[in-house]
Amino acid sequence: MKFLYAAYGITWLVHIVYLIILTRGFQQVRDEAEELTRK
Amino acid sequence: MKSGFIILALITLLLLSYGLYQALVAAPTEATMGEVQRIFYYHVPSAWTALLCFLANFVASLWFLAGRSGRADAVAVATAEVGVVFCTVVLLTGPLWARPVWGIWWAWDARLTSTLVLWLIYVGYLMLRKFSVGGPNPMLAAAFGVFGAFNAVFVFMAIRWFRTQQPQPVFGGGPKSGIDPQMRYALMANWVAFLALAILLIWLRYTLQRVRQAVEEAHAMKSLVEPEVRTRR
Repeated sequence: MKFLYAAYGITWLVHIVYLIILTRGFQQVRDEAEELTRK
Repeated sequence: MKSGFIILALITLLLLSYGLYQALVAAPTEATMGEVQRIFYYHVPSAWTALLCFLANFVASLWFLAGRSGRADAVAVATAEVGVVFCTVVLLTGPLWARPVWGIWWAWDARLTSTLVLWLIYVGYLMLRKFSVGGPNPMLAAAFGVFGAFNAVFVFMAIRWFRTQQPQPVFGGGPKSGIDPQMRYALMANWVAFLALAILLIWLRYTLQRVRQAVEEAHAMKSLVEPEVRTRR
């Protein structure tokens, strides 16, 4: 059972980490756009 | 647009919950492998989804090479990145299934090796886009993406062309292939859920790429205009 739970856990971890990376990407682009308008 | 995204996100969440229920509760336990076989319901749909993402990347790369469209470039990068995410899941869940069933974590057979090569090709594709000298290089990346798609076909066909450690095809593998209908239903339920998740992630990544392109364009325009203003002064 530990292999089964590990596989399911890892699957969700990979997707959650990717969602966090995407969220950071949006934040970074928003900051860049704000900086551009400020200049 | 925003409400469409929220609706898709909710549908995906429902599908994923239903898929999880099918995989862990509704599907019968396999006779020889036992509970660990349930990894199949995440491993196989992830692999199919990754291959479809790489196929979409192939189409978008050709589209970009033909028309230099910014939209095509955004679709290409989004599908490649989401494909890598799903392929990562395949490469991590595979050994967790193999260890208790085969007694080994990994075998250098045609299917496993070509899957690892496929992952490396698309990681290379993303690195090429990100770290090219002189900024992102969508042209070279698109050509690379077209090349990578051929390996995706090889991965899919490897168990048909070669004798591998992997089981022979469960679907379309002749009269002796096939699985229990309830298992097939659980597998398909998860595939539909993973496809919805992939579309959602591609949508997000595509939007991010389009915003990034707009910001880069604005930067480029500003740097073109600013020296002119300085010269006039």
